[in-house]
Amino acid sequence: MPGQPPATPVPPHQPPALSGGRWLAAALLGLVLASFWSLDLQWAQFFSLDAARSMGRFLGEFFPPDTSPGFLRQVAQGLAETLAMSALGTLLAAIAGLALSLPASRLHAGERAWARAPTRALLNLLRAVPELVWAGLLLIAAGLGPFAGTLALAVHTTGVLGRLYAETLENAPPGPGAALRAQGVGKGLVFLYATLPQVLPQLLSYTLYRWENNIRAAAVLGVVGAGGLGQLLAFHMGLFHMAKTATVLGAMLLLVALVDGISHASRRWLMR
Amino acid sequence: MAKPMAHTMAHTTASTSLPAAPQHDPAWLGRVAWLSLAVVLLWPLGLATEFRPWVLFEAGSLKVTGRFLASFLPPAVAPDFLLLVAREAWRTVAIATAGMALAFCIALPLTLLSVRALSVSALAGRMAPGPFWLRQVTRWVLILLRSVPELVWALVFVRVVGLGPTAGVLAIALTYGGMLGKVYAEILESGELHATQTLLRNGCSRLQAFAHGLLPQNAGELTSYTVYRWECAIRSSVVLGFVGAGGLGQQMDSAMKMFNGGEVATLLLVFVALVALADRISAGLRRALG
Repeated sequence: MPGQPPATPVPPHQPPALSGGRWLAAALLGLVLASFWSLDLQWAQFFSLDAARSMGRFLGEFFPPDTSPGFLRQVAQGLAETLAMSALGTLLAAIAGLALSLPASRLHAGERAWARAPTRALLNLLRAVPELVWAGLLLIAAGLGPFAGTLALAVHTTGVLGRLYAETLENAPPGPGAALRAQGVGKGLVFLYATLPQVLPQLLSYTLYRWENNIRAAAVLGVVGAGGLGQLLAFHMGLFHMAKTATVLGAMLLLVALVDGISHASRRWLMR
Repeated sequence: MAKPMAHTMAHTTASTSLPAAPQHDPAWLGRVAWLSLAVVLLWPLGLATEFRPWVLFEAGSLKVTGRFLASFLPPAVAPDFLLLVAREAWRTVAIATAGMALAFCIALPLTLLSVRALSVSALAGRMAPGPFWLRQVTRWVLILLRSVPELVWALVFVRVVGLGPTAGVLAIALTYGGMLGKVYAEILESGELHATQTLLRNGCSRLQAFAHGLLPQNAGELTSYTVYRWECAIRSSVVLGFVGAGGLGQQMDSAMKMFNGGEVATLLLVFVALVALADRISAGLRRALG
């Protein structure tokens, strides 16, 4: 057409990183379709009138939640147990994680750090198995109850924190440590007086972050019998005590909301 | 007091001219005080969690644990069991993938509803009350969806649709739908909004402004987060198996209940390998996306 303004340069069709994007999308679509096709999902049952009715009845039984003082006391105890499990589990994990992060990190360039690879493999293994699976395994050794849950949280979190701690230790500024080492100060004292004080705030922030996660995890761990609110939930749901289930669910939601709120507020306060 | 002082002085003046270093940790009193306070605080925690480590080392418990651990070796490798494990491993991945696909379908409309950057009335200053409350309520829905742990959703759905993967898929869809929606909205609002606002001011519809302004800018980050969540979903679909939602977790749960250490060992190995593989794929994809 005449009189048209000169064509603007055409931007490259796609950024180079996405050049394989079509293949990726096709593969993803294939994976999703194969997933839906291979699972015998009972949508018909889920969306049938019957299911809707049973779902309605199920939810209807939640109301009114059981708020008798005796049961509320029990829930409060479960809540306290959940908090205690998460706190103690995180603390144990912080100690064990710190102990394991030392062999898992190369603290200065000249160190041979022969234990680094095997310790990291161990930490990865601890981290790869979820808390709930650990709880299932530890129930055999520790018996039903919050102790197994605490240990399960501690074992999984040790893997997570050990890894994070090791990264932090390796990234610590090497100057002060090198200065002490040049004076002939021993390994332990170099760690205590040069490396640790520098990374302590970072380690603390990781630990608090994991604690937050662990409160959420502790709330559901009990489903396999490892104490806390989850155990109350699984127990009452198993017996179809729907009013009591509703109360426990409410307490769980309250706990999660509280933790989220506090974490959000404190983050905002720290970022100011 | 004088003697060690003099000793230090002599020592330091010999090497450098710095002031004497204290012989003792100057902060030891504070450290001891904090430690003892911590011990006092730990006591009730130990009581509440029935923290009795010696239980682990009692003769009876040691015997059971020892026998269970000893039965881990050798891992079960019977051909029909391996076939079962392979099928369940695929089901685990399929539950996670199908759940994520549904979660995406839940998250997308809720994100579009809740993103403040697509508000036309906010261009002139304050958002009008109607749109404001619509967005606020959508946000609350997202928060509610993601606050209920997926394990609890699964417990509820197992009651309604019975044992099997349907409960797992629905549980992942709801919890992850909430998570994706919330984070998508945060990602979309954290970027540079100038292009989007210009499009809106020039009369583009909200969907057009989204597709040509917000989305291209944030596509990489959005995809990267979705892939990361898919990896998390695989982990959580194993856990969901423990309440009867199918997949590797359900096999693991029954093997543990039967004290069948060999099967537990095989399942754990397959699970760790699966998670490592998903981790590798997800990291690779995210690196490719930049």
